[in-house]
Order: sequence, then structure tokens, then C-alpha cells
Amino acid sequence: MISSRAVTLLVNGVDYVVEVEPRKTLADTLREDCGLTGTHLGCEHGVCGACTILMDGSPVRSCLLFAVQCEGAAIETVEGLAVGGDLHVLQQAFWDHHGLQCGFCTPGFLMLAKGALAEDPDLTGEALREVLSSNLCRCTGYQNIVTAVEDAAARMRS
Amino acid sequence: MTYIGRPIRRLEDPPLLTGKAQFAADLVFPGEVSMRVVRSQVASGRILGVELEQALQLPGVVAVWTADDLDLPPIGFRMTDVGGLESYRQPVLASDYVRYVGEPMAVVFAENAYLAEDAADLVWVEIEELEPALDATLPGTFLPGMSADAAIIEKAYGDVEAAMASSEHLIELELTVGRHTGVPLETRGAIGVWDGNILRLYGAAKVPHYNRDAIAQMLGLSPEMVQLHENHVGGGFGIRGELYPEDVLVCAAARILERPVRWIEDRREHLTAANHSRDQVHRIKVGFDDRGFVVAIDDEFWQDQGAYVRTHAATVTDLTAAMLPGPYLVPAYRARGHMVLTNKTPAGTYRSPGRYEGTFVRERAIDAVASRLGLDPFEVRRVNLIPEERIPFERGIDALGTEVIYDSGRYHDLLERVLQHLDYPTLRRDLERRRAAGEMVGFGLAYFVEKSGLGPFDEVRVEVDTDGRVEVITGAASLGQGVETSIAQICAEELGVAIESVRVTHGQTERIGRGMGAFATRVTVMTGSATTMAAGSVREKALRVAADLLEANAADLRIEDGRVFVEGSRNGPSLTLADLALAVAPGSDGAGRHGAGLVATEEFLADHMTYPYGIHAAVVVVDPATAGCRVIRYLVGYDVGRAVNPMLVEGQLVGGVAQGIGGALLEEFRYDDAGQPLSASFMDYLLPTASEIPAVELVLREDAPSPLNPLGVKGAGEGGINATGAVIAAAVDDALGLPMAVLRLPISPERLHQLLSG
Repeated sequence: MISSRAVTLLVNGVDYVVEVEPRKTLADTLREDCGLTGTHLGCEHGVCGACTILMDGSPVRSCLLFAVQCEGAAIETVEGLAVGGDLHVLQQAFWDHHGLQCGFCTPGFLMLAKGALAEDPDLTGEALREVLSSNLCRCTGYQNIVTAVEDAAARMRS
Repeated sequence: MTYIGRPIRRLEDPPLLTGKAQFAADLVFPGEVSMRVVRSQVASGRILGVELEQALQLPGVVAVWTADDLDLPPIGFRMTDVGGLESYRQPVLASDYVRYVGEPMAVVFAENAYLAEDAADLVWVEIEELEPALDATLPGTFLPGMSADAAIIEKAYGDVEAAMASSEHLIELELTVGRHTGVPLETRGAIGVWDGNILRLYGAAKVPHYNRDAIAQMLGLSPEMVQLHENHVGGGFGIRGELYPEDVLVCAAARILERPVRWIEDRREHLTAANHSRDQVHRIKVGFDDRGFVVAIDDEFWQDQGAYVRTHAATVTDLTAAMLPGPYLVPAYRARGHMVLTNKTPAGTYRSPGRYEGTFVRERAIDAVASRLGLDPFEVRRVNLIPEERIPFERGIDALGTEVIYDSGRYHDLLERVLQHLDYPTLRRDLERRRAAGEMVGFGLAYFVEKSGLGPFDEVRVEVDTDGRVEVITGAASLGQGVETSIAQICAEELGVAIESVRVTHGQTERIGRGMGAFATRVTVMTGSATTMAAGSVREKALRVAADLLEANAADLRIEDGRVFVEGSRNGPSLTLADLALAVAPGSDGAGRHGAGLVATEEFLADHMTYPYGIHAAVVVVDPATAGCRVIRYLVGYDVGRAVNPMLVEGQLVGGVAQGIGGALLEEFRYDDAGQPLSASFMDYLLPTASEIPAVELVLREDAPSPLNPLGVKGAGEGGINATGAVIAAAVDDALGLPMAVLRLPISPERLHQLLSG
């Protein structure tokens, strides 16, 4: 067996000390070693975006990173979005606008949208669709996701 | 409070939004081992030998097996077994021959998934390669001495020969629909757990009860010893939840290894191992008169079944032939469908199976009629649609063993509404103006009839807990379509409780003895109707018990928001459903008088399907520089009979459109001459993104409720995808200014480039 090494991951403001093989992806580590299974794996080759998380505020594919690369970075996952019992405005908007059906891609879209709106709070229309085309959804046909993010952006600006 | 008909937010969403929802891969069982399947890398060949030693020596490996280590029968047929197909069933593991790239040949079990994958790479299989069969229209062999033509499905009515002979015009076309499939975002997953008495399979979907019985039979257990558990499911679209080799393997292995066995599919596996679909070639002949009225259709088609006949048996071939005539009168019809084995991934159903293909073929043919006669696409359809006074309309053929009888419909009315919504004359003028300015822009139209509500039964149990909460237990399944919300709406309305107090339990074989699952757009019709009946029975019992306790007449009582009171005296004496459930709790006096429990189980039966119908219209722009096609406007007109939750109906329709556009423009499983799959990643099998899918306009109607069920509902699951291929093809023709240019889907840039270069 390949030897494991200790890594400290800062996820949603909490330190997780884990022992992982260098080849273990961040996604698998979050899911198996940190117990954060809200980050989903849809393709494991960086296309579908279901595993999107925020790393130092930017959306990244956690299936394309190794856990050992992520020491010292601030990682945010879907589990960190709601505070207490209150949904994040993006989660609320996805619920209100039926922006999910099976919900498998949803955590990835929420994290993508959070990162994108942090960078450009006025993101809308074609530019927003372009950003959202980073991730795949097979159920909704995207319109309700676009509507939800636009609505959340408006609520966040006001 | 009325719930039916309201766009209520979904009950199932909060755990999905917060990352708490558990999908199969999220489950962890103490002591579990990971399974990895060793798959064939050649399309056709004879297995000469398998070398397991190196894999077995890898630390952390628990076991490595081939077919010789397991005594398992091949996987049987769940539906549409037309006879003679047994020899084409798929073995759980290949033993003598491999028939497609991706076919399971061996399995490895190890302490974790990484190790299992390492070990699978160390299993060496020696294969003598054989010439693969990759064209379903050519004669072929399945195995030495066995024809590849597994079945021929024929459906016919009227005198086709005579009608053709006397028709004023004839058109013949060859039309092809490429190989696509559902591709849910969650790959498959299966976890088998055996405790010495009960075998549990987690990761079940779609048809848990059927699979329980099939697994029990294959493993020599009684059905009561096998329990299936459905967790959150990341999309189905026809392909997920069918019984696959991997499901059987984790179950068999859990018993032999006496440890939980976990298998989570990766995407590459999924694209070569889970069911493919579509992939049909049609040769259609149409006879018609000067008005464009079609007097006869004669269609012969070849369906590329792939390497084996899986659980669906002849379903897709059957539905293609049964539904091809669509919304038109067509006085004489004949279809002959060949179900042909090749050396590709085995095929099954994918959302609107046989109709996506059949609608493409029929509507292309109708467009050909229009273009031959110089008629407008609306006009030629108007001439052929079944008039309202002919409905219910008996087609004279059957689909999935049920007579095709269009139960209700106002086909012409919907056509006029769509025409009006589009403001068609203005749209046409606008397109002419844009074309005059040099833009390649075009309009397309397609009409279709869907089917929904496949029987034969659905059973639902509704029970009021002693705290007044209500549980609906059904053998239906949820693949993400909103089952919990729509069933809760129906129960809440019928019983007279707040929807927040209703929870819907589905996909758990332990909780209800039988069930049909979720396929063929059946749940709202079948489970919804059974829910209405069971909730109605509970309501009646609640009123009986309340009448007894309140010393009132049951007929004078009302239930509102879970409280029973005398009609007209809302503030008078009342009892809650919790009071009433307690009053008849097992062992109570009330139970003696009224029977124990505020509970009822009812079954809804249906011999015939319901037939929703709709129209798609699209505007596309072709870019001659890139040979790309952009859909800039898309409309769906659809009559769903009655919408339980219009927001969910719209979600189903729009989601279907997106998948359909994928199949029309982007998605295709391609193979090279050796049968190697060329579309085994998301870099090569292209799903549409937010950039390719326009906002979809909807004309959602409830003009033709179904007379076949108490709610009047029809299904919405497949109406969004049905005509997408047909309408995009028509719009691209129009944009190119070349009638009947598109004879094949998907209209990839490569094919569009060929059309553009003449």
C-alpha cells in the first residue's frame, strides 16, 4: 500500500486532520474522511461540476485536486451554506424557483453560483448562463437554475 | 384548503439543498468492501483464459471472481417478453464470449475503492478477437449459429397495399436516430448487505419490488428475505433502476463474503455499461392525396439492440411501432420492427422510448408531404389530425399489451392555441426579414401523442399517526421528479389535512408488499389515483369515528386542516385526526367498534393507458461559419389533463426539452470500426449546458382531462422530449432553405457542414 500522510484541511471554518494517500482526491477526502457527503461526484474528470467547492473563494472541481494540495486553503462546501436553520439566499432561491429536481448537481451549482456572484454581484443574462454552463444538470433544463441565481443575486444586492 | 393545481414548493428539497440528502454513494456500512468490475476492452471475442493471481496478491484484495466462481442465471425480462428472446439475455459475468466493450468479465473485492481499481488492472484476460457487428440493418450472427435478428414486431391495421396503390402521391424516406441515453448526473450505485437472514440492497431505484423478486429468484432466496431500499436518486430517465449485473453481483458477494459490498459506478463505466437507447433506422413509405391527407403509412425499422436483450425485452420496438401514427387519422398503417443484436452496449428505454424516434420519423414524413405539396406545416397537420368527435379513438393496435385508445383530446384546438401564442404570421414575417438580411434562421413544428399511466395496478396505504401526522406508503419510486410533493398534495386535499403533516414513503419494499415503481410516466396517474382512493377511505373512517364520538351524523361533518367539526359550526365541538387515531388505536374500545387504526389500503387498477398530447415549435439559427446550430426560441404546447402541481409539470417539460435538444444536436454514442466506443467521457458524449438551452415557453392546458382515473390526470414526464428531434430537424431544414435536408439525428456540426457544402 502507498503510505498515507497527515493533512489538515480547513473546511467551512473547521480544521479536519486526516490521514490520506497522496493520490486521494479532495472530493473523496471530503466525502470519506471529513464525512461531508454533500459534495457529489458525477464524472471524476472535471466536466460535470457536481463536485464544485470553493477554494479561497473560487469555484474549483474537487475531483481534480488531491487533498494533499489543499493544506492551508480555505475550503467551503455546501454544508457550510446554511447558518443555523436558515438557508443561504441561494438555497432559498433554488427552492422557491424549483431550481432542482433530483438534486444531485445542486450542491455544485450552489457553490459555483456563490463563487461567481462573489466575483461579480451583478452577473445576469447571457453572462450568467455562460458561467452556469460550467456545470451540468440533466433534469431541469437550466432555466429555473438561471432564474434562481438571478433572483438570489438581486436579493443579495438589496 | 385546496392543494391540487397549486405550484407548491417541493417537500423533498431542503435535504437536497443543504447537502444532507443521502444518495447511494453517501452510505457507509461497517466492514464494507469495495467491488470493481473488470470489463471487456474488446467488442467481440472468445475468452481463452483469465489470470487472477497478480490481482489476488495485492495487499487489501479480498477476492477476485470470474463466472466460474458464481452460479448465477442470466438476467431476465421485466416487461414485453415477446417470446424467443431467452437466448439473448445477458449473463451476470461473461464466460465464453464477450459481446461489447464494457461487458463484465470478472469482479474484484478490496478494502477500498482505490485498491479495488488497482487490482482490477492486474486481472489479465486473454481474448481471441472476432469481427464485430456494428450495423443493425445488415444480417448478422449473435453467436455462432444464432441469428442477430432477435425479434420482429409487427403492428398493422387497414389495407396498406390498397391504400398505397390508389394514393395520389408517394414518398419514401430513410431516417436515422442516433444512439443516446439518459445519463443521469448520479452514476449507478449498489450496496449489498447480508445479515444471515435478510439480504438488503441499497441504491435501488425505479422498480424496487420487481427487482426484489428477481434477485430473490436468481439467488435462491424467498422474496421476503430480500429487501430493497431506495435513497435519494440522482435522476433516472428510464435507464437507472433496471436490474443490472452489478446489482446481482453485490448481493451475491455480500452473502458469500459475509461483509457489506459496495459498488459505485464511475462515469466511464456508466457510458459503456448502463443501457443505451434510440439508435434506429427507419424506411418509411407514405401515401397521401392532394390535400396532404395521409392515406397510408408503411414503415420498416431496425433497432440496434446492442449486445444483449436486457430487462426491457421488446419494449422499445413495441412502443415505436405502436405510437408511430401519433395524432393523425392514418386510415391504413403497417410497421415492421427488427430488434437486432450488435456489439455495442445493450440498449433499453430512455425517456419517451420509441416515441422520440417515431415522432421524428412521422413528423419528418409529414414535413415531406407539406414540402412536396407546397403546404404550410400547420395546414398539413390540421388536415390529418384526429377530429375531436372521433375521440375516444381506437387505433386498432396495442402498446405494451394494452389497446391503444386515445382517451381524450382536443388536437385541433391545441394547434390553434399554439398558432396564436406564436403569433405565427408575425413570426413568419420576422423570419423572412432576417433571412433577407442574410441570417440562416428557420422555424419548425411537430405534433405528437404521448402515453402515460401504465397499469396494471398501484397500491397505496394511508395511515394517520396518533399525533395526527399522515403517512402515505407506496411502491412507487422517486428519481427526482417530485413524487413526494405531488402525492402529498393529492393526499392532503382528499383527506383534508395540511400538506406539512403528510410524508410520503416510497421505494422501501419492507414497508409495502407490492408496487410497480416509477416508469412509463405512470406515478401521478396510478399512484395518484390510488392515493385519492386510500385517503378517501381514511377520510370516511375518520368521519364515522368522529360521528360516533360527537354524536353527530357523519354526513354533517367536515374535515379541514386535520380537524373534524359539524358543517357550519367551525367553532363548535371538534376532534383532530390525532384524537380520532388515538380513539381507534389498537387495543382501544374504538378499535373494537370501528377496526384498529385510522388507516386504509386501496388499489387502483387500469387496463388502458392515458394519452396526453402536445406540440413543439422551435426557431433555430445556423451559423455557416462554424456549422453550429443555436436554438433561439422553443415552445411546448401540452395538454396534461389536469396538473396536480403546474410548477412540477413545467419542470418536467422543460427538462425533457433540454435532453431532447441534446439528442438532436449534440449527443451520440459513436464507435470505431473495431467496436471501440468513442464517446466514453463527457468530453466526447456532450450533454447540453445552460448555454445551449433557451428559455422554454409553455402553453400548458387542461382541456382534455382523462376519463380513466378519478383525478383526470395524465402524465408529464415525457412530453418535453418526445418531439424535440423532429422539431429541431424541421427548423434546421427551414434555416438551410433545403426541404428534407435533415434525415438523421443528431445534427452534429460535421453533418451540418456536409449539408451546408451541398
